[in-house]
This record gives sequence, structure tokens and C-alpha cells, in this order.
Amino acid sequence: MTSALFVALYLALVIYIGVFALRRKRGHGAEDFFLAGRSIGGFVFLLSLFGTHMTAFAILGSSGHAFRNGIVTYGLMASSSALIVPILLLFLGTRIWAIGKQHGFMTPVQIFRDRWECGHIGTVIFAVQAALLVPYIIIGVMGGGTTLAALSGGFVPYWLGGLVVALVVMSYVFFGGMRGTAWVNTFQTLLFLSFGAIAVAVIGSGMGGFRQAVDTLLASPDQAHLLTRERFSPLIFFSYTFMPLSAIAFPHISIFCLTARKMAQFKWTVILYPLCLLAIWLPCVFLGVLANASPEIPAAARDDVLLRLLDQYAPLWLSGILGAGIMAAVMASDSQILALSTMFTEDVFAYYGHKDRFGEAAQVHTGRAFVIILTAVAYLIALQAPAGIFELATQYAFAGFSALSPLWVAALLWRGSTKWGALASTLWVAAAVIATAVFQAVVPPTPPGVIQPALAIAGLDLVSRTTTGTLVLGLLPVVPMTFISSLLLIFVSLFTSKPSPAAISRYFLAK
Amino acid sequence: MILKRLLLTSLVLLVFALHQDFWHWRVAHPLAFGFLPIGLSYHAGYTLLAALVMTLLVRFAWPSRLEQQAEQDQPPPEDRR
Repeated sequence: MTSALFVALYLALVIYIGVFALRRKRGHGAEDFFLAGRSIGGFVFLLSLFGTHMTAFAILGSSGHAFRNGIVTYGLMASSSALIVPILLLFLGTRIWAIGKQHGFMTPVQIFRDRWECGHIGTVIFAVQAALLVPYIIIGVMGGGTTLAALSGGFVPYWLGGLVVALVVMSYVFFGGMRGTAWVNTFQTLLFLSFGAIAVAVIGSGMGGFRQAVDTLLASPDQAHLLTRERFSPLIFFSYTFMPLSAIAFPHISIFCLTARKMAQFKWTVILYPLCLLAIWLPCVFLGVLANASPEIPAAARDDVLLRLLDQYAPLWLSGILGAGIMAAVMASDSQILALSTMFTEDVFAYYGHKDRFGEAAQVHTGRAFVIILTAVAYLIALQAPAGIFELATQYAFAGFSALSPLWVAALLWRGSTKWGALASTLWVAAAVIATAVFQAVVPPTPPGVIQPALAIAGLDLVSRTTTGTLVLGLLPVVPMTFISSLLLIFVSLFTSKPSPAAISRYFLAK
Repeated sequence: MILKRLLLTSLVLLVFALHQDFWHWRVAHPLAFGFLPIGLSYHAGYTLLAALVMTLLVRFAWPSRLEQQAEQDQPPPEDRR
């Protein structure tokens, strides 16, 4: 109950920050609401971008995954992102910022439409991006409901927790737009970055020290493997290095790149990004693994393992503060709601002529109305649907957005790319995501550790079903999806007509 | 210029390859600080190395021409899009 009070205080503070952002707005236009007038400074840019990228998975999911799979979790999710995400931001994010600033673009699709001189193909890209993003928003609301219910010991039911989180997120996105979202994200990131260090110190001390816990695990034949990666396939480990490619293809990340006041703000962001990852992921993964040494944590624990550790080893008041830190990570759906609202108003409402007819003020009102409708729909679906569906959907979404990343590479770094190449790549990604989902729905999951071949040619296992997903030639689907997406983009572009020299010259500096 | 690009590309590829530390796959020892398994401490160190690589890339591969052009060519708000 004390935890719930701290969380309530935190939620009130978050609303205050969002409403305060409304008072600090500098204009009334769409650019001010959706992009904070391209005025975000260095400190807020780093922390908000990091907070936007990290979802509930960074705290709850990582420790839950580490509890079940061991130390491999850090290498799978964190260290590969530490190199790839900053490189994407440095070489693509800065270009997105520059081209957006030069021509006033506010969404990825606006850039693609201009770069490849296309209209409806841009709408297809919008539809695929939106379809992959919506499950994230739903799972954010579900995560909020579950966490609030757990922190209050069941006093706040799931439906009420989800409603409170949805209303809070909707309020500060509605009032504060991008400025409010960025400030709230900065506050949240500071909170959950501090969480890691405090949690390690408190839980480690409560467990009697790390060395003792590690010795307990090493001495157990059933648990020692959690401190190595002996039960994990190196090919799957390699596959995970493709997942961070999704970062730049996520609309909420690429749109956020447009908000920086100066390009120089990317400098410290790309240098400090790996250190932020280290600060949050290392404690969460390590504590998740060590939870196996605690007799108080049942083997059936899943993503609530960190909450259970806090409940067991942290004093009540500290557990409340740390609970607020967890809520900060869970409430990452704000930037996704705002991104989808920006995309809808710019790529559909404005593009198909409504902005000219009704004016820019109507565009902002439409964006705000879209925020309310989207949050309400996400909440209603979250009440009805089982969580597993959306957890799977986010798995597909990661692979889907990774396979969409070649669009950015082609648009910004390759003069020869064409709209038909972009269309082929996008349709392939949509088809591959649907095919994976259908395959996993039709073929039942295998028992833990068993890989069941489903399609073999000449003795070679082409497609296999596993406990949690699918393998293609022993790799996760994201690898062939990204390769084929890239190849289609290249080959179709080679044989189709290029955009006009004027369009190409806007994107490439004269040599 | 070409040599610089070649060196920086090689550095990034080398660091990317170092992520696949198959030589630590089946062992927990040595334990860094007496409790951190090598498979975890290696990747924590790898994260620090990534920050160092990014520092070098910002220093030697910063797209400054892009920055200048964006600042110079920015049209007035009413002319955009």
C-alpha cells in the first residue's frame, strides 16, 4: 500500500510536468505541439531519447528473462544495442535531423514521400509502421495495470491500474505534446537510472552479499548454467545483433531525432548512450540471475521477479520509491502514442488535404483527439485481450522494424534507391511478419529446449518451431527478413526509374 | 580521407565481431570482483568499449558539412513542406 502511495505521488508529479510544459509552449502550430518546436536541448535530448527507446522490458522484462535464461540476457539485448543504436543515431539520426530542419519534415513518411517522389507508397509505409506500433501501446497500458496491481498488493485492481496509467499518459501527451512527453521522459529516465544502483545495493545486502549468492548458484547442478551461456545457441545470440536495427525504424525514435535544437546534441547522446544502457541493464540482469539463489523467489516467477525481490529485501519506504522507478519504465507508451498521432495528422490528415481546408489549428486539435481515441481503444483492448498475444506481437514488431531499417539507409545514403524498391521492401516485411505470426499460431510451441523442424529441404532444416518462436536455418526470423528486405530494395531499385535529379540533390551534398 | 574511413570502418567491424565471444561460452570463471561471471563482465566491458568507439567516431567522423548545410538552408516556416 505504501508503494502505491509513492506511485500515486509520482503519477501526480508526471501530470504536473506535462501541464507545466503546456505553459512553456512557444507557439500554437503543429511543429510546436508535435516536435516541441525543434528546440530540445542536449540534456533532455539524451535522457528523453534513451527513455523513449527503453520500454517496460528494460527493467521488468530483462530481469525476468535473466531469471529464466541467465547472464546471456545482457549480451542479447544490451551490449549489441550499445554499439549499433549509437551508430544508427550518428549516421542516420543526424541526417534525419538535418533534412527535417531544412525542409520542415515532421514524420518519416514525409521524408520518404519527398525523397522517392511518391504518394500512396508513403501511405503503405505509414500503415505498416502503425500496425507494428499499436501492440506496443496496448502492452504499455497492460504493463501499467499489472505493475500498479502488484505494487499495491492487489488493492488497486488491474482494470483500475490500467485506467489510471492510460489517463495519466493521455493527459500529459494531450496537454504537453512533444515538450511535455520529453520532459516526463527525462524525469522518468533519471528515476529508473537511479533505480538500478539503489536496487543492487539494497537487494545485494539483503541477500547476504553477491559472492554468497553466486557461490550458491555455482554449487547447484540445475542452476550453474545460468552463469554461463552453455545452453544458448551462438547462432541465436548472433541473430539478436540485428534487433537494435529496429531503433532507427521505430517512428517514435526517428521523429524524436527531429526535435533536437542543434545537431551537436547528438554528440553526447551517442557517446553516453552505451553508459546509460550499462547503468540500467547490468543491475537488472544480474539481480534477475541472482534471484534464483533466493529461497523466497518461486521458480514460477516471470517478469515480476524484480518486484518480488524488492518486496522481500527492500524496506517498505524504499520499495515504494523503487516501485515508482519501475512505473517510470513501464510508462513508455507516451512517445509511441504521440508518434502515431503525429503520423496520422501529418501523413493522412494533412497529406490528403484536410490541413489546407481546415487550417493548422484543426490539425493540432485532430492530433489531440487522436491521442484520446488511441488511448481509449488501447485501454479497452488491454482489458479484453490476454497479455500473451501482445507479447508475441511485440516480438514480431521488433523483427519487423529491424527489417524496415534498410528504408532509411537507402533513402539517406544511396542515390540509386527508388520508390518501387521501398514498396517491395515494405510489402515483404508485412508479409514476413504475418507469415511468422500465422506459423506460430498454427504450429504449437515445443517443450523447453526442443527444436522441432517444420520444413526441411535435402536434409537441411529450413524452418523450425521452438518453445518461444521460430528459427530459419537456425537463425531468428529477423536475420532473413532484414537480408531479403535489403536485397529487394537493391534489386527492384536497380531496375526501376529513379526520382528526379532535383529530389536526389536535396538529400546528397554535391561532391 | 579514404584511409581514415577504412580505419574507422575496420574498427567498427572489429568491435562488432568482438560481440560474439564464443571463447567464454561455457565458463563462469574468472569472476570479476569475486562475483561477476566472465560472460557478464566481458559484455559490461564491451559496453564501455562501445562508448569509446562512439567517442572516436564523433571525433573523426562527425558529419559537420551536414550541420552547416542544415543551418544555412533552413527556409522560413511558411515556406516549408
